[in-house]
Amino acid sequence: MSIEEIKLLLTNKFGEQVVAGQETTGLQPALLIDPDHIAQVCLELRDNPGTYFDFMSNLSGVDYGVDAGRFGVVYHLASIPYQTQLTLKISREHDRNGDSLPHFPSVTSVYATADWHEREAYDMLGIYFEGHPDMRRLLMPDDWEGYPLRKDYKNAEYYKGIKID
Amino acid sequence: METPASIYNEALNRYNQKIADAATEDMVLNMGPQHPSTHGVLRLELITDGEIVKEVIPHIGYLHRCFEKHAESLTYQQTIPFTDRMDYLASMNNSHAWVMGVERMLGIDQDIPKRVEYIRVLVCELNRIASHLIAIGTYGIDIGAFTPFLWCFRDREHIMGMLEWASGSRMLYNYIWVGGLFYDLPVGFEERCREFVDYFKPKMVELNGLLTDNQVFINRTANVGVLPLDVAINYGCSGPMLRGSGLKWDLRRIDGYSVYPELDFDIPVGKGLVGKVGDCWDRYKVRVDEIEQSVKIIEQCLDRLQKELKRTADFDPRAKLPKKITPKAQDYYVRAESAKGELGFYFIADGRTEIPFRVKSRGPSFSNLSVLPAMAKNVMIADLIAIVGSIDFVLGEVDR
Repeated sequence: MSIEEIKLLLTNKFGEQVVAGQETTGLQPALLIDPDHIAQVCLELRDNPGTYFDFMSNLSGVDYGVDAGRFGVVYHLASIPYQTQLTLKISREHDRNGDSLPHFPSVTSVYATADWHEREAYDMLGIYFEGHPDMRRLLMPDDWEGYPLRKDYKNAEYYKGIKID
Repeated sequence: METPASIYNEALNRYNQKIADAATEDMVLNMGPQHPSTHGVLRLELITDGEIVKEVIPHIGYLHRCFEKHAESLTYQQTIPFTDRMDYLASMNNSHAWVMGVERMLGIDQDIPKRVEYIRVLVCELNRIASHLIAIGTYGIDIGAFTPFLWCFRDREHIMGMLEWASGSRMLYNYIWVGGLFYDLPVGFEERCREFVDYFKPKMVELNGLLTDNQVFINRTANVGVLPLDVAINYGCSGPMLRGSGLKWDLRRIDGYSVYPELDFDIPVGKGLVGKVGDCWDRYKVRVDEIEQSVKIIEQCLDRLQKELKRTADFDPRAKLPKKITPKAQDYYVRAESAKGELGFYFIADGRTEIPFRVKSRGPSFSNLSVLPAMAKNVMIADLIAIVGSIDFVLGEVDR
């Protein structure tokens, strides 16, 4: 199924607003999805006999920079029966000052592998996934402050009173 | 919106409460991070009821070195040594995947000389054998068989010696570069490699007699830690984990990258010969069979390298090296079959600098390990060791 057909399938099922756009310039075309619908879209793409995107290769959290003020998540799906790949992107503007984090829906209920990937994105970029069963830090200690992969992250000088060289 | 502090700490508080409750009713046992059978610094928190493991909670990150942060501050070429340190048992495969991704973004992947491609595949397959030998040897030691460990390390040493001869380093090679290679193979490498293949083939027969068909080993691994195929796919397992559950899925065939379409090899899958499909023995057996297939690939590579792609005096493996590696603004996800499974890199290039804007690495061990809590529910502690060993992860890649 081509990306145009997948787009049509999604808009027929969930309405026009679900596909916010399309990127066709690069080597891999991507669909920009409305963030609130990502879990339903993934479920549909996984279970629809025409697509069967049953394997989630990768999930990456992205900080698009201080100027852009956007956070996003990129999903790389693969279909084992059809041997095809698909990229989905969601993003949302979010102010990085203050305590609140950008929120996106979790896809853990669709792909169990998203569990650790989303925890990593939370840990590294401070992206909160709503509906995740266990939203703890994954790689850094539980009491770490800040999100190391954010573009405005300043290296910590002390951890629990111990100087970090 | 809710007050941030409470919802962001909610999961942590729930986890702390669970451990506190378990400590009074059951027993909480820490396996690792310095336990030899956890293959590195993995900490497993076990909630046990006598000998039965009720739940496994893995804690990772002890070997976290901010690979992605490094990659966002160094150029594409400078990051290659860092990729070597992800899965340090199969460094060649890591740098191959990275280099392929960068080459495709630059659009020079079709210009790479055939000899370079064949050398890349040759060293990758040698490295795959080395990685699988460690997996098999340490798995034996987990189960209680000491001899296979020594035999595997003896044979692996020959591969380490050859790769050191080619690249100058025993484990972390930095040999495959964007657009070419560090150096051509040393003179006489092909001959020595052929000697190794002739030496190694009978050793695998010996190893099969010693471990694969050993009844004690079979009793410990057959029907243990069965991973159903649907669970494996849902958890993103790849490589021998996925093939052990019976699916013929190998990116060397599916994507047909590099010169793999020109090579003849089979994809071994788990068949449940001594137990159920997807048990520990099946995963082990897939690795043993893959070693044989890798030997087959190596022989074909040597045939080509010694006949039509012979070294010539004017052959320069660095001839196609781009002067400046500045891909156009784009994002690209590259995937390749490393020794442990699907290794992926997701690049975002901004089109202006030689430094990627964002890199995310998808280590196969990361996803393979994440299935452990689902696999190891209500098993014996001794079986947990067998299950952990059969996953064959490298913490350098899990934590990055």
